[in-house]
Parts: sequence; structure tokens; C-alpha cells
Amino acid sequence: MSAATAQAAGPPPTAPGPGTAQAAPRRTAGRRRLTPYLLLLAGVAWLLVFFVAPMVYQASTSVQTGSLDKGFKVTWHVATYWDALREYWPHFLRSLLYSGIATAACLAIGYPLAYMIAFRAGRWRNVVLVLVIAPFFTSFLIRTLAWETILADQGPVVRFLNRVHVLDVTAWLHVTQGDRVLATPLAVVCGLTYNFLPFMILPLYTSLERIDGKLHEAAGDLYATPFTTFRKVTFPLSLPGVVAGTLLTFIPASGDYINAELLGSTNQKMIGNVIQSQFLRVLDYPTAAALSFILMAAILAIVTVYIRRAGTEELV
Amino acid sequence: MTTAPTAEPGDAVRLTGLSRTYGSFTAVHPLDLAVPAGSFFALLGASGCGKTTTLRMIAGLEEPTTGTVALGGRDVTALPPYKRPVNTVFQNYALFPHLDIHENVAFGLRRRGIKSVAKQVAEMLELVQLGGLARRKPHQLSGGQQQRVAVARALINKPEVLLLDEPLGALDLKLRRQMQLELKRIQTEVGITFIHVTHDQEEAMTMADTVAVMNAGRVEQLGAPADLYENPGSTFVANFLGTSNLIEAEVTGTSGGDIQLVAAGQRLTLPAARCAAEVAAGGRVLAGIRPEKVALTHRDDEDSVAEGRNRVPGRIVDSSYIGVSTQYVIDSPVCPELEVFVPNVERDGRLVPGAPVVLHWNPAHTFGLDAAQDIDAGIDADAEEAAA
Repeated sequence: MSAATAQAAGPPPTAPGPGTAQAAPRRTAGRRRLTPYLLLLAGVAWLLVFFVAPMVYQASTSVQTGSLDKGFKVTWHVATYWDALREYWPHFLRSLLYSGIATAACLAIGYPLAYMIAFRAGRWRNVVLVLVIAPFFTSFLIRTLAWETILADQGPVVRFLNRVHVLDVTAWLHVTQGDRVLATPLAVVCGLTYNFLPFMILPLYTSLERIDGKLHEAAGDLYATPFTTFRKVTFPLSLPGVVAGTLLTFIPASGDYINAELLGSTNQKMIGNVIQSQFLRVLDYPTAAALSFILMAAILAIVTVYIRRAGTEELV
Repeated sequence: MTTAPTAEPGDAVRLTGLSRTYGSFTAVHPLDLAVPAGSFFALLGASGCGKTTTLRMIAGLEEPTTGTVALGGRDVTALPPYKRPVNTVFQNYALFPHLDIHENVAFGLRRRGIKSVAKQVAEMLELVQLGGLARRKPHQLSGGQQQRVAVARALINKPEVLLLDEPLGALDLKLRRQMQLELKRIQTEVGITFIHVTHDQEEAMTMADTVAVMNAGRVEQLGAPADLYENPGSTFVANFLGTSNLIEAEVTGTSGGDIQLVAAGQRLTLPAARCAAEVAAGGRVLAGIRPEKVALTHRDDEDSVAEGRNRVPGRIVDSSYIGVSTQYVIDSPVCPELEVFVPNVERDGRLVPGAPVVLHWNPAHTFGLDAAQDIDAGIDADAEEAAA
């Protein structure tokens, strides 16, 4: 219990640490020595006000007890974490599962697209890149609402899927129900995939675009078929982009609640929905804060293991 | 694709009517070329002359517009690069940055399904003198070392032909000299046919057995380095390979094996065997002479010049001392800027700018070129960036 608290509260004080240490090159000239610190000032102030302070505040909230009428007090009631986890673990699992699948789907859709933009688009490169970012010109909420229309029960998409019996298959897999796509896991995952796809494509594109085309020629010259060239040269060199893309997709997707709210039913609630309702509807601030910390710790742990496994530090 | 018509077994590479056009621009005009097996062959030319395009067509990285490529008597025109028995040393090496040196060198072997590569890789790294660096990453190596890795990575596959695309272009002068000798040594040791693309005439002459001088998508002349230097066939070759003094002269007649010329009132003799142009009395011809073959004598000592030598009067415009020799620029009635390189053996103190001199040389060193060409062709060929 206390371990969970320590781990969850760990990051805030250490987070600004590396930044300060990095920007401390020793200069002899008296005034110049201050310059790096002065340049850091805005960033450090930002971190203190918008990251450290809220974290500390949330951490203290998570160990408070009381009610809205009588007021909350810090009582070091760490059992809140335990209770929250026991009550809401299915939501945690669901969140990680949905965002994991959405991340995999983003990678499957985004990699070929990024590859195409980087190596095949020629003079259309910038146009396609703008098209990738174009959805950002409308708000997240509206884009997600649009999917309600796309996946509507009487809409052409669902009717088509029904006719070709895809929905039978998805229903058998328990990702849709009956003749509906809305209010099913499939709808939520579709929404997540769609909304976070650009966060996958852009880092992938950046890392693919940096690969020297001569390396492909060299691989071909050394008896590698195009597929082997991809497997042995292109993909390993794009790994930094894959790691960045999957993190940028997985982390926000696992905390997301809009997609589950608009496209799912009560059976698809993710942990984001729970936190949101604890904060704004139930007004149980300690539980909400504890859930936030648990989520953060879980993501931190997953990401750490993932980066270790991907071994990005080995790459150039 | 048809098979190459006259593919002889002795040729490692035979190009037949090979050409490449990009839209309306012709990078390589239909080219016929045979490279004997085991030779060190250089394609020399300024940037944009089509030499790299030719090399890439042999490697299969570029598709020819017309013509065929045959390797060791086998037509490979339709084969993709990974099925051709050639390997390339790329201009900037194109080493795989995510693999260490060992894996870079082993890449080709592994692709052909060879499992135990350690011994071969170690031997190859020994050959290029990189024994202890097998576990380094390319970016931890110097330019010269990376160059050796690129050579090792290509050579380990024992290709029928090794293609080198400006392999020394990124190195500084001293290292380049060293690597020239090194590459020559490796080629002699492994006996594989090398085709080497370069814009550096000195590099081509140092290393290659045969040099093909390319200009504007065509091979201007092909031959042994000394042959090209002594008997250039065009003004481009004469100017691109070293420097040449070209004197426009009128043919007055022929006697024996010699052609008699007159330029600005000066009589000159040119051996008919060394004249690349058809000549007739009254016609015009360019008489060429290399700067180091000309001797310089002060006008006061004119009588000491032996009879029978070609001689031209002039005045020193400029002189620069460069150690081994002094380079003079001479203003002469036959040519406004004659260049003369005089070895610094016994320097005549009177030979300073402004001094009147007599230039004289053995007529046998004179070569003749068709006067109907651009006399300055190839002088600044490197500066003329053409699209390629």
C-alpha cells in the first residue's frame, strides 16, 4: 500500500532533475554562467506550476478522507488505493486492452502510410502530410461524434457490414452485438484508432524519412530481396519512430474517456470514464486521485518495460 | 530481352547499345563497352557525364532505356540488383548504421543463406586491415576506415565485378592517395574485375589498367592511362587529362612520316602517326604539346637550341614556383597562354616575368587533333554541372 503511494508520488520531484543537470555547462565568465539557468527559468516555472504542484495536490487528495459537506482532511488513508483497485480493476484492464489494440491497429495502418509518404509520395509528400494532419482542424469531440454517424445502426457502413456477414464474425468474437456496431468494443477501438492515428504516423514518417535511400540500394546490391531489405534494414532503422509512435498513441489512448463515452455503452467504460465521473459526478476526490495515480504508475511501468525491450538506446 | 550478341567469355562485362534517357535528357548515349576479366577499369569524366548512370545500370540500380548488360557472358539486363553477381562500393559507403562492422561485412553472405560467416568476415577484415574493429558501429569509424568496410562488405561476396562509385571522393587528399594504392593492392590480390567511376584523372591514371574517358554521355576515348595521356584523340581528352597546349596551325605539306605545319609564321613538325585528324595541305590542325615536354631558353641563348626542334618565341607572363617544378605562363604569337613546367634542376635566373624566351621541344612529342572542335573542351569540365 505504502509502496504504491511512494511509487506514484515518486516522479514529480525527480522529473525536473535531469533538465537542470543537463543545462549546467561550466562557463568562466560570471554573467554567462547564469544564462543557461535564466533560459531554463520559464520551463522550470511551467513544470512547477502545471506539473509538480498539481501532482503534489493530487497526491495529498488521494490520501484524504471526508466528504464534500464536512470537508476533506489528510488522514494518510492509503486504503483508498486498495479499494479503488479492487472496485475498478476491470476498467483498468479494459483501458489497457482497448488502447493496446488501438495502438496495434494504428501501427498496422500508419506504417504503410508513413512508408508511402516517406519513399513513394514524391511531390505529393507535403499534400499527403497535410491530409494526415487535416482532422486536427476540427475538435476531438466533433470528430468522435462524427463516428457516431458513421457507425449509426441504419447507416450504410453497418448495413454493408451486415450484408457481407462481417458482423456475424465480430459478434462471434464478442466485439459487436447483434446488428449494432455502436455501443460495442469495436466502436470504441475504432474511435481510438482514428483519433490517435496521426500521433502514430508523424513520428513514423520522421524516422523513415531520415533513412538514406542509398541503404536500400546497398541492401539490394548485397542480395537482399525487397522484403528482406525491409526486414533487415528499413524496419530496424525505423524502430525509434515505432517506439515514439506507439507511446504517443498508447499513453493518451489509455487515459481517454471521450471515445468510450460517445461510442460505447456502460459495458465499455474505460478507466478515464471512471476517473471523470468520480471527480465530476460522484465527487469522491480521493478515489479519483488514487485512480489517476494508479493509472500513471501502470503506464510508467509498461512504458519502462517496453522501452527496455525495444532497446532504442542501441539505435542511432 | 535478347542475349548479348557477341559475349565472349574473356569479358567480365559487356555493354551493348546501352543507353539511358530521362525525358528529353540523354544521360548515356548508346554505349558499347567490353571490360576484360581481372582488369581494373576506370570510367573517368566530369560530373553529369553519365559515368555513374552507366555504373548503376551495370549494378541493376538503374534500368537502361535501350541495350543490354552481360556479365561473364550472361545477359543480366532483366535481373534485379539482388540477383546480379556484382557488388558496389557506394559513394558515401552506405554502411548500415544499425549493424556493427562484422554484421555489415557479413550482410551479403547471410542473405545468401551462409550460416558460418565468422572466419570469412575475419579474413576479409584482415585484408582491409580492420582486424580489431569488428564490433564497432560505422559511426565510430573514421572516413578511411568506413571506406575499407565498404570495400570489405562488397568483396566478401566474391562478385564477378566490383563496382566502385567515386569511392574516395569523401576522403582528404593524403588519405585518398593512400587508399588508391590500397585498392590497387587489393585488386591485384583478389583478382576480381574492378570498375571504378571517378572524376579525378589522377586517381584513374594511378589505379586503372584501362581508362574510358566519358563526356556528355559518350565515351570519348578508351585506352591505357599512358596512351590516353600521350595520344589524346580529342581536345576534351587532351585538356581533361592533365593540361595541354593546343596551337592552331596550317598544314603546309607532308614529308616522310612528318607533317609540316606553320603557326603564326613559325614552322612546326608533327609526326603523322600521332595525328588524330585527317590532314591535307592548306587544311587546319591543332598541334598539341604537354607543358612538361617544353623547354625554356632565354632569347639571348637562342643559338644554343639544337636544330630540328620545334621552336616558338614568347614572353614570360607569369611564373609560379611549386617545389618540384616552376610553372610558367608564356604569351606567344602562336597562342596567348602557353603553359610550361620546368623542373627545378638548374634554374636560369633570367627567366622572370617579362623576359623574352624561346620555347622548344622534340617534334616527336607533338600530337595532332582535329581543328574543328572546341579548343577549350574539358578545361573546366568539373565546373559545368550538368543534370544527371
